Amino acid sequence: MASEQGVLYSRALTELTLTFHIIYATIGVGIPLMIMIAQWIGIKKQDDHYILLARRWARGFVITVAVGVVTGTAIGLQLSLLWPHFMELVGHIIALPLFMEVFAFFFEAIFLGIYLYTWDRFENQKKHLLLLIPVALGASFSAVFITVVNAFMNSPQGFDIVDGQIVNISPLIAMFSPAMPTKVAHVLSTAYMTSAFILASIAAYRMLRGSTHLYHKKALYLTLKLALVFSISTALLGDFAGKYLAEYQPEKLAAAEWHFETEENAPLILYGVLDDEEIKYAIRIPYALSMLAHSNPFAEVIGLDQFDEDVTPPLYIHYLFDIMVTLGMLLILIALLYIIGLIRNWSFIHAKWFLWIMVLSGPLSMIAIEVGWWFTEVGRQPWILHGLMRTAEAATSNEYVGWMLVLFACLYLLLGAGSIYVLTSMFKRNTVEQELADRKIEKGGDTFES
Amino acid sequence: MSLEIIGIFVLWLFLFGYVIVASIDFGAGFFNAYSLYRGNQHILNKIIQRYLSPVWEVTNVFLVFFFVGIVGFFPQSAYYYGTTLLVPISLAIILLAIRGSYYAFSTYGNRMPKRYTYVYGLSGLFIPASLSIVFTISEGGFISIEQSGPVLDIASLFTSPLTWSIVVLSITAVLYISAVFLTWYAHYAKDEEATTLLRKYALIWAIPSLITAIGIIVELKFHNPEHFERLVDLWWMFALSVLFFIGTFILIYKRMNYGLAFTLLCGQYYLAFFAYGISHYPYLLYPHLSIFDSFTNEAMAIALIIAFIAGLGLLLPSLYLLLRLFLFNKEYVQGRNDSHV
Ligand code: HDD
Ligand code: HEM
Ligand code: HEM
Repeated sequence: MASEQGVLYSRALTELTLTFHIIYATIGVGIPLMIMIAQWIGIKKQDDHYILLARRWARGFVITVAVGVVTGTAIGLQLSLLWPHFMELVGHIIALPLFMEVFAFFFEAIFLGIYLYTWDRFENQKKHLLLLIPVALGASFSAVFITVVNAFMNSPQGFDIVDGQIVNISPLIAMFSPAMPTKVAHVLSTAYMTSAFILASIAAYRMLRGSTHLYHKKALYLTLKLALVFSISTALLGDFAGKYLAEYQPEKLAAAEWHFETEENAPLILYGVLDDEEIKYAIRIPYALSMLAHSNPFAEVIGLDQFDEDVTPPLYIHYLFDIMVTLGMLLILIALLYIIGLIRNWSFIHAKWFLWIMVLSGPLSMIAIEVGWWFTEVGRQPWILHGLMRTAEAATSNEYVGWMLVLFACLYLLLGAGSIYVLTSMFKRNTVEQELADRKIEKGGDTFES
Repeated sequence: MSLEIIGIFVLWLFLFGYVIVASIDFGAGFFNAYSLYRGNQHILNKIIQRYLSPVWEVTNVFLVFFFVGIVGFFPQSAYYYGTTLLVPISLAIILLAIRGSYYAFSTYGNRMPKRYTYVYGLSGLFIPASLSIVFTISEGGFISIEQSGPVLDIASLFTSPLTWSIVVLSITAVLYISAVFLTWYAHYAKDEEATTLLRKYALIWAIPSLITAIGIIVELKFHNPEHFERLVDLWWMFALSVLFFIGTFILIYKRMNYGLAFTLLCGQYYLAFFAYGISHYPYLLYPHLSIFDSFTNEAMAIALIIAFIAGLGLLLPSLYLLLRLFLFNKEYVQGRNDSHV
């Protein structure tokens, strides 16, 4: 059994590693798709701007993949190092998707190596594009498989417990847990959305710095169009995720919504502060919680009164949920304003202040990813395996976790600073204008239609 | 064959794969740093970059495959090894992280200052050293079961001669495997200067790698007599392994057929690695954990094996493509074809 402090440190280290990994992992899932779309448009329109776009994105992608791989290796090992009891138990039931994830990485790694080193090597550009398909598939499937594991932690199934023994194990049923469909879809959609916004941020930033090059206009338009599609799908899928919670983890939803009493016609509470179980300064939207939970304004929503205090998550997850949803709505609005503005020739979309907002969209989207994960993971507490194993029971009894926490914190600081430094200096040294001139490829692509 | 044995065989095979590809990678980094120190980096730089660049991520996946696989097939190992190995494995992760990211940063980003190249080169020796501690621990005698759970006796681990012989073995093996491979690769690339230098390294490290390997067997006699007995029963595998070693050595010495020399080297290590693994059977951790009592349930084992076969069906053709395009592509290897992103 671990000491209380040991549990605390193990949690802190897991949080730290995952919070850091998810930044690079999200980029790793989304960017290959964006590269693929840009390169495909470039080939189809014979527009070298898009091809160069794909090429420059791919160059930056290599750096983020490297950090994604090393931090992923860290979290993969830390699951066993910090949560040995948990892995011993779930290894029996949910090892299959973890194992399949490795094949997805393998597939991705091999083709990424080939893709990066075969630019201009094929006569037929489409052949080169084909190499990117396994990269994008591998990346997305690794997200699918790891999210399947996380879904299982939220709604374990696929086994029976008889006299304290796990029996009748079915790996496939465990994979297709009730949390799986909404979670996987929402995670994938947010990864695509965030990657699109990050690329849009970069283009907007270049324009703020005075670039009037068509290249950046095309980049901004393409990425925001994609961002709009994926942010709308994110909101829809997030709504389904909420309905899943109402059905299978009502205590998480209730804590997130500060819904204390079970009632019909439940209102949705936005923001506010909690003063001794009393909610102050909040915005109340009548019937909205019943709507969110059950698609029916009059439906009954289970409140925290139905649960023992020692199985309910901390109430601060309300803020995490609110931040995520607010950012989601805001980002849809930003993308929508830009796209409509472009079509209708609204001039403010070229104004400095609006460009600044677009520069912020990428970081905001990443913040939404982070708080979203904190919300799900903290919202599952005190369980590591919902209803079956508590986090405190799963932790390691090793005494050195605190030291490792310090070491890894230093490591991530180093990796984070290193990747930012390398990325910025890489693109500063080799600007778009220069690269276009070097390659004398201004032949195609001087037109821009929206 | 029972499911347990299929499981451990597959994992052992991938670990062997990791030992070979990672050794090449680690050794190359070390030789690169050493030649920088000696002021003749221009000789090796190109060969090493050409080989390592497209495959470094693939190398890492071999390791991930092993540790994810062992928790899948033998979940109880997560409990014993996970609890006790926190410190050594965390250190290895940190070194691996610095190494992997440095590699990408310097290849795709800027030229790095000299001292990073040294750190990179040295990490290639420290990583195998810290990972090899797992083998030492698996021999038993360092883990006791207390009330709170298994506890690693770090003091006796670090004062045991077995620990240090395994560390030295891992380092000499890394340098030897890497030198032999790179000799062949440089020769293939028609880079005579690099071939000469690497051939010299291969010859230098050959004998130490053999002596340290024999040293371990002697150490085991005192540390774990039961395991030693079983090793001796497999004497013919070791004898064959030594024959292969002699074959490699003669070929390299006579400057003949470096490709065959590397193949024989793989054979040598394959035999020794499997002889060691077979004699370790059935224990994953002497004497607490055997592959039978730690094994997963039947349904999961079958699912994992099916996934493994399906996965291989996907991977083998892709790996073949990778090797065809880079390792065995004359144009690429000789540097006539530069089409990096
Ligand atoms: C760009 C990021 C982003 C944005 C804009 C949103 N989400 Fe989200 N959300 C995530 C990123 C995210 C996430 C990081 O991907 C989570 C964490 C764990 C998970 O499964 O997905 C998540 C989880 C998550 C959950 C919890 C699922 C669970 O615990 O099982 C719910 C109910 C929602 N989201 C609902 C929404 C709604 C109604 C949104 C309205 C716009 C929304 N999300 C926007
Ligand atoms: C990548 C996105 C993820 C992030 C950012 C994340 C973040 C977190 C956070 C913040 C906690 C701590 C909760 C608390 O404070 O009590 C936690 C717990 C945990 N998560 Fe996740 N998580 C992610 C995905 C996953 C996945 C996919 C798995 C499983 C395969 C997983 C396994 C765990 C475990 C074992 C814990 C227990 C430790 C604890 O409760 O503190 N996480 N995670
Ligand atoms: C407990 C949770 C997690 C574990 C154990 C884990 C494990 C790993 C491992 C071992 C790697 C390195 C693989 C290699 O060597 O190539 C990796 C990389 C990666 N992970 Fe994670 N991961 C986790 C969470 C996530 C999540 C939640 C996502 C996506 C939403 C994700 C997406 C990726 C991607 C795409 C990569 C490849 C690197 C890149 O392309 O940037 N991971 N992860």
